[in-house]
Amino acid sequence: MSGGTCTVNGETQELAPGTTVAVLVARWCPSPRGVAVAVNAEVVPKSTWDRTTVAPGDAVEIVTAAAGG
Amino acid sequence: MTDVEPDPLTIAGTDLGSRLLLGTGGMTSPESLAGALRASGTSLATVAVRRVDPVTRHSLVELLDGMGIRILPNTAGCFTAADAILTAQLARDAFATDWIKLEVIGDDRTLLPDPVELLDAAERLVDDGFVVLPYCGDDPVVARRLEQVGCSAVMPLGSPIGSGLGIRNPHNIELIVEQAGVPVVLDAGIGTASDACLAMELGCSAVLVASAVTRAEDPAGMAAAMRDAVSAGRAARRAGRIARRFVAEASSSFEGMVAPEGTDAV
Repeated sequence: MSGGTCTVNGETQELAPGTTVAVLVARWCPSPRGVAVAVNAEVVPKSTWDRTTVAPGDAVEIVTAAAGG
Repeated sequence: MTDVEPDPLTIAGTDLGSRLLLGTGGMTSPESLAGALRASGTSLATVAVRRVDPVTRHSLVELLDGMGIRILPNTAGCFTAADAILTAQLARDAFATDWIKLEVIGDDRTLLPDPVELLDAAERLVDDGFVVLPYCGDDPVVARRLEQVGCSAVMPLGSPIGSGLGIRNPHNIELIVEQAGVPVVLDAGIGTASDACLAMELGCSAVLVASAVTRAEDPAGMAAAMRDAVSAGRAARRAGRIARRFVAEASSSFEGMVAPEGTDAV
C-alpha cells in the first residue's frame, strides 16, 4: 500500500508510511532551533518529534520566528 | 546621555533593563534590524510566528540570541482567541519561553484589538501558565479587566499600528497608568521620538516601537533617538513636573524692583 498525502504549510506533499514529524521538519528547516510544529491544529512538542508519525490527510504546520510583532 | 539605568524595567519579576522595547515588524533587512537593535540598547524584541520559508537564509532567532536580546513572540495576525492560543503554544515550544505578547485584532484595516476575544484568550493563557503581555486599546476598563485576569503588564496603543499618529488619547493613557498595578507599556502608533518621550512623561513604564524605527529613513538613527527620548521622558516623570496653570505665575518676584521716576516707592 503506498503512502497517501498530507499538507505541510498548506502544500500537498507525498507522505511515505511511517514518516515522522522530525523527518518532515528536517526537509523544511536547516535547523530545528526556533521551530515549532502543529498537526491538525495541535502542537507537537519538540521532544516527541522523532516518535510522532504523520498520518495521511494530516495538516502539518511548521513555524518559526519572522519579522513582525 | 548617561548609560547608567538606575531604575530598570521589571516585568513578571524579570529585570529587563531598558525601557525601550523593539518590534521587528517592518524590518527591511537583517543588517538594518541588527543596527537598529544595537542603537536602541533594547533587551527585548518581539517576533511574529509564521510558516517557515525554505528560501530564507537568515535566522531571526539566531540574530537575537547572538545579540543577547530576549525574544518576545507575538500572536500578530490572529483574529480569534483560538488562533491566538494555538500561536502562543507554538511559540512556547519554538522559543522555550512562557512569555507571549497577546494580539487579537478585530479587523485588518485598523488592526485595533478585539477586547472580547482578547480577554478570553488572556484568561485562558494565564491559566495555562503563560506570562501574558496583552496589546489592548486605550480603554481603562479593558485594561483593568486584563490585569484582573492575571496579565503581567498592559500594553495600550497610542494609535493604530504603523500609523505614526502618536498618542491620540493621552488622558486615557494617564487613567490607565493611575489605576494599573502592573507595568504599562505604550505599544503601537509611535511615530517619532517625542511620542515615546510623552508616553514616559504620562507615566508609562516602557514603550514598544516597531514601524517608527524599522521604517524610518535611518532606522539606527531613529533607534538611538528613541533610546534618548525614553530616557528623557522617564527622568522628567521622576523629576516631578510643574502643574499646568490657566494664567501666568511670575518666575521673577515683583519685590525689590526699582520704582519708576515720579511715583512713590512701594
